[in-house]
Amino acid sequence: MLDILQSIIPPAMFFSAPLIFTALGGVFSERSGVVNIGLEGLMVMGAFVGVVFNLTFADVFGAATPWISILAAMVVSAVFSLIHAVASVTFRADQVVSGVAINFLALGLGVFLTKQWYDKGQTDMVSQPFYTLDIPVLGDIPVLGPLFFQNMYLTSYLAIILAIIAWYILYKTPFGLRLRSVGEHPMAADTNGINVYAMRYVAVMISGAMGGLGGSVFALTIALNFSQSTIVGQGFMSLAAVIFGKWHPLGAMGAALFFGFAQSLSVISSSIPLLEDVPQIYLLIAPYVLTILALAGFIGRAEAPKANGEPYIKGSR
Amino acid sequence: MFTNRMFNILVPVISVLLGLIVGAIIMAAFGYNPLSGYQALWDGSFGDIYYFGETVRQVTPYIFTGLAVAFAFRSGLFNIGAEGQVIVGWLAAVWVGAAFDAPMIIHLPLALLAAALAGAIWGFIPGLLKAKLGVHEVIITIMMNYIALHVSNGLIRSVLSENQDSSDPIKESASLASNWLMEMTSFSRLHYGILIALFAAVIMWFLLEKTSAGFELRSVGFNQHASQYAGMNVGKNIILAMVISGAFAGLGGAMEGLGTFGYMPTHSAFTNLGFDGIAVALLGGNNAFGVVLAALLFGTLKIGALNMPTAADVPSELVEIVIALIIFFVASSYIIRWVLLRFKKEGK
Repeated sequence: MLDILQSIIPPAMFFSAPLIFTALGGVFSERSGVVNIGLEGLMVMGAFVGVVFNLTFADVFGAATPWISILAAMVVSAVFSLIHAVASVTFRADQVVSGVAINFLALGLGVFLTKQWYDKGQTDMVSQPFYTLDIPVLGDIPVLGPLFFQNMYLTSYLAIILAIIAWYILYKTPFGLRLRSVGEHPMAADTNGINVYAMRYVAVMISGAMGGLGGSVFALTIALNFSQSTIVGQGFMSLAAVIFGKWHPLGAMGAALFFGFAQSLSVISSSIPLLEDVPQIYLLIAPYVLTILALAGFIGRAEAPKANGEPYIKGSR
Repeated sequence: MFTNRMFNILVPVISVLLGLIVGAIIMAAFGYNPLSGYQALWDGSFGDIYYFGETVRQVTPYIFTGLAVAFAFRSGLFNIGAEGQVIVGWLAAVWVGAAFDAPMIIHLPLALLAAALAGAIWGFIPGLLKAKLGVHEVIITIMMNYIALHVSNGLIRSVLSENQDSSDPIKESASLASNWLMEMTSFSRLHYGILIALFAAVIMWFLLEKTSAGFELRSVGFNQHASQYAGMNVGKNIILAMVISGAFAGLGGAMEGLGTFGYMPTHSAFTNLGFDGIAVALLGGNNAFGVVLAALLFGTLKIGALNMPTAADVPSELVEIVIALIIFFVASSYIIRWVLLRFKKEGK
């Protein structure tokens, strides 16, 4: 039994981490009232920047390269997400449509620049990815050690820590209260002196940074290079996790952990007696079918932030 | 001077121009000559009769996916699931096309019907969940896309072929391919589907603008609460809109299965026909005639892009960037309107 759990939990955590990061970004954006279908594109941008930075600076930074790569990816994706912010906050664009444009643009730019700089459709494999490691003292604890503290990526812990921080920021700080109020009733927030536009810009940029973090972590732990097909749907899964998790950071984390687990199923099934004989196709569609079932019944009605998707126009009623 | 109608024409035209201009700037920034880049694009889509045939072939499924997304939009729904509906439609068409033997007059319509039905079912599920449980259709349709992709790959390997990576070819009697059209376009893969696509656009226009069912669909799109108050069954209309939308997208898949390819390969990634359909619908202003024009533009861009790396050394992804920019500018139509009105005031 322990063996089975040991072959389930670490891979599930490892597949979940990028989804958790991105979904947390989605929570911030949507809590401020900006729908972000562009999470997929933000992840693509993050993966691209993470890989390119890693390839370029591996000699300079050595073992620290992956960490600096994800920082670079966060910064670039945050700047890239400004496009979505300008369109949906200032230009009053349909936020869903603008998000779709972000997805197209990130993929087009990423592959265009890849061809430009590497003369082929995909980059080389990175030489400085994240490696698994055993946590020194905690890894020696019986039962829990092998499950949670051996063969793990540090990024998996970072994801969980950030989820708790995000919860704290959103629910325990004045900034979080303002951000949520802007997403619920922007006019009331405006009347109380909160700058709706500024809050929404900040929220979208946080989602950009977190999406970039998620994409680069995915690229540097799972994909290891960048191409057209590096990020296929992880952003959409994260968006589903946002809604599944009822727009709450910890809920989104739970949903992302669940998706990560479901995604890892098709990879680890061969080593689990119960799943060995299940045809691959069922395991492949499991995360999506389970999501639909969960949204349709098990979690009850989820209420989106009230002003989600509505451009705020000062002075209108 | 600026009526709403004029804005509806001006905004997409300006968006396309802006997209092309920014694309040119990007080309110039990377040391390419934008003029030769766009020349290669033009030559690659209309340069000779073969390319022209290929362009029209590419336009065909875009019309269908564009109509699908536009139809849902008009009813206030966002169908991101056209992609999955294309895949199941393609699968169903090829399945019927390969498995049955019948004279063409029965076989071809049957294959088309199967595609429409498959797409409709794929639209029905998110429609039902939206209408009955209020689950957001965007999420469900995204999930349905992945399910369509994996299920169809599985079925092609296990049912439609014996562990091969593509289905058996369809029978002659279910094929939309036409020797006549192919010969005329020096053997492009142009097929009769374009006629069905244009017919479908007329159907959509008629259905939405000239029937009472269409009026209900549109009014639900405008204001659900008012429609409810006026005695319309909002839930029924939501489901109906998604079903019809899915049927259009499914037929788009049939165009690929019965016309262009004559079989279905397993897909490792999405075909993007459905996602591009979102852009087509938006640019086409969500009306049938606009969708046909927008599909023509996208087909031109996509087929022309294939000529860009060879003729001008520009990566074909440049066109993806241009398409993204066009969508972005269409989405930001408010600012375009604002600028236009500014200009008008200063002109006085």
